[in-house]
Amino acid sequence: MSENTARTGLAATPGQTIGPFYGYALPYEKGEQLVHPSHPQAVRLHGVVTDGHGAVVPDALLEIWQADGTGAVPTADGSLVRDGYTFTGFGRAAVDNVGHYTFTTVDPGPTEPGRAAFITLTVFARGLLNRLFTRIYLPEDTAALAADPLLRSLPAERRRTLIARREADGSLRFDVRLQGEEETVFLTYPNLAD
Amino acid sequence: MTDQDQGQEEAFVHLTPKGPDDAADTQADLDREMAQIAEQYEASGRTETQPRLDYAPYRSSILRHPTKDLHHADPETIELHAPAFGERDVHRLESDLTIQSGGEPIGERIRIRGRVLDGDGRPVRRQLVEIWQANAAGRYIHKRDQHPAPIDPNFTGVGRCLTGDDGSYEFVTIKPGPYPWKNHHNAWRPAHVHFSLFGTDFTQRMITQMYFPGDPLFALDPICRSIVDPKARERLVARYDHDVSEHEWLLGYTWDIVLSGSNRTWTEGDSNV
Repeated sequence: MSENTARTGLAATPGQTIGPFYGYALPYEKGEQLVHPSHPQAVRLHGVVTDGHGAVVPDALLEIWQADGTGAVPTADGSLVRDGYTFTGFGRAAVDNVGHYTFTTVDPGPTEPGRAAFITLTVFARGLLNRLFTRIYLPEDTAALAADPLLRSLPAERRRTLIARREADGSLRFDVRLQGEEETVFLTYPNLAD
Repeated sequence: MTDQDQGQEEAFVHLTPKGPDDAADTQADLDREMAQIAEQYEASGRTETQPRLDYAPYRSSILRHPTKDLHHADPETIELHAPAFGERDVHRLESDLTIQSGGEPIGERIRIRGRVLDGDGRPVRRQLVEIWQANAAGRYIHKRDQHPAPIDPNFTGVGRCLTGDDGSYEFVTIKPGPYPWKNHHNAWRPAHVHFSLFGTDFTQRMITQMYFPGDPLFALDPICRSIVDPKARERLVARYDHDVSEHEWLLGYTWDIVLSGSNRTWTEGDSNV
């Protein structure tokens, strides 16, 4: 927890927990489908959210934001009302009763040549007093991963928590551990007060 | 109990965090825990402007907060942009929560309006704001909310809008009631509206809660008080604004939101300048 180092006189509005009752308000139809499951490059990104006892968290909401397959940053709207063809780069998924989430998306390309490709992830949950940011790195480009400034700044055992595992069927597996053994690395950025 | 006994009890405050299922604590227990954290904060001389993730008086946070420090990252390209939302996503009428079903919901009709600004005071233009809330009786339309207060068939408590070019947002709704929860014995949340906000870059993404002025439950609530700085807490309280009230129609509240984050350096090509 660092002090607010914002450059301006405008103090940031504090966050609060999403609480338990977002379920009828935030999730929406096809929110988790950045592409249709029948899309030729469709990839399942999935995993569980767990707490400090390793128990699944049944009331978490996850959001992803990513580049398209070529590494371009999407600029199209239409994330809330999907037309089934436009890639907007944004997805929202609530976990199910056993803490499992699924997105259908494509592997993002690197936004700059030679950089490690990753998906940004935001985590909200009852009991979590403010959102958490992290990154989901694709596992394949080992040279880019080895050169990545963020990954290089982490000890090996913590670095692991940010790299998705490619499963036999091509899915990406990424578990979020809020606390404890193998706790996921969560991020803060310049000018954020937390 | 004599004054001396009371003094002794104060001296031996039992502050062992209890498990998330332990709701045997009283409000007095909670008040003591929260007061002790407040004293420690005041003595620290630091300024914290966001909630603490580790705040034991909110029992559900005990097993759900990271124990390791947040890791500082330099934002990369994708993190310096935000998803776009437009007219395709949000219909104008979705910002009026009083017309979502056939009839009129019961309760105090209110308007909440304000501006969404970035850390440099620039308006966050054409960006998504989502709200959700309990009805006037303090009941959510959610299958897990079994609080025995009436459901209002004409109120879902869900709204959305896009901010204007000046960062302005506006909702018409019903003032939510306070509601009981299981954090401790006789625990009540102050009346609040949940707000979900996007900025001009993804690092500004935030969900928070707006409260109403003069709520006696504010000081008793561990979710509010997880923001240990009293000045920072006040930033979540809307202002009653008579200029926003309408003759024989509704009462008005104004609440501005500041999303600080890693604003990228603006270029002439940016539509947000």
